[in-house]
Amino acid sequence: MPVLHKHTRKKERPVPPGRLKGEPSHNSFSEGFRHGIPIGLGYFSVSIAFGIKAVSGGLTPFEAVLISLTNLTSAGQFAGITVIAAGASLLEMALTQLVVNLRYALMSLSLSQKLHESVGTLKRCVIAFGNTDEIFAVASSQKGSLGLQYMLGLMTAPIFGWSLGTLTGAVADTLLPDFIRSALGIALYGMFIAIVVPPMKKQGSVRAVVTVSLVISTAFYYIPGLSSLSPGFVIIICTLAAAGLAAFLFPLPEQEDSSEAPSAQETAASEGRERP
Amino acid sequence: MIYAYIAVMAVTTYLIRMLPLTLFQKKIRNRYLRSFLYYVPYACLAAMTFPAILYSSGSVISAAAGFLTAVLLSLREKSLLTVALSACAAVFVVERILALAAGQPLFS
Repeated sequence: MPVLHKHTRKKERPVPPGRLKGEPSHNSFSEGFRHGIPIGLGYFSVSIAFGIKAVSGGLTPFEAVLISLTNLTSAGQFAGITVIAAGASLLEMALTQLVVNLRYALMSLSLSQKLHESVGTLKRCVIAFGNTDEIFAVASSQKGSLGLQYMLGLMTAPIFGWSLGTLTGAVADTLLPDFIRSALGIALYGMFIAIVVPPMKKQGSVRAVVTVSLVISTAFYYIPGLSSLSPGFVIIICTLAAAGLAAFLFPLPEQEDSSEAPSAQETAASEGRERP
Repeated sequence: MIYAYIAVMAVTTYLIRMLPLTLFQKKIRNRYLRSFLYYVPYACLAAMTFPAILYSSGSVISAAAGFLTAVLLSLREKSLLTVALSACAAVFVVERILALAAGQPLFS
């Protein structure tokens, strides 16, 4: 439960990073919605490819859209329809999804620190559904803390784009000519670059993180043997290595406010690291 | 059976996202862990982008043009939408030039 604070607005100190008090810095549905539009556009084009592949693998358009609506994940869904087409067991399906999507656990852990105190368990359960690579990326690039309304707004266009694109691909894969699809394929990556590059200009630590991650991911892509690893797994390895190294070399400044007993939280944190 | 597959997919994916978000609501105090989580998005995005971006369009050349465009505009701190659409436009233009140079139909 959020605790009422003694300070009034006027007296409020600047909030140190990582300590979120008072109102969320971002809690407007329309602001979130606007930030989600480029994601929705990108998703539309990517999910067309998913719709086409799902239908050619024997699924009906309804089933394809149902997968997109309930999963909201690109690599996981592509892997999933391969598992379905192979007629593999449900356990195999669960394991495939776990491996391909495990990176979301890291993103959710990171996002959990970004959400405002007012966002309780039930609200987090709703937000969790929409924690995709891109939504996570945009959410974590905002300054300060995030509220439920902002997150709901941010999720809206991507969910529509993803489902509509799947439907489009499943129903009429000739609707978009090749030259448009080819050009749209880069949209999401362009967005990632727009998120990563500006902080690289300002922080040497971020430059180091990005460089290490790039080198590892390039190695995994081109070195024979390593390249057979699933992309989801490669992302996990790069993230653990680059962020882990940077945390060691460039730790964030110590928080000023350490009056509250940290023991309970640290216990919780260390317990959680052992969870799969 | 297809619905059982879909249910397993959806539930597994959801739990992966939901558990860390609900189990760790308190602010993490551990300095190393906080720093690690702060760097996670950058590490993750970099790994997802490169080298996959080079294979996101019809040819590596057009994708590289889109990549360079995105980097240049991001250095000038343009908005996400501007950067994303400009990268698309660069791919589109370069692919038309490549088609012309190869004597292929301009739109195929």
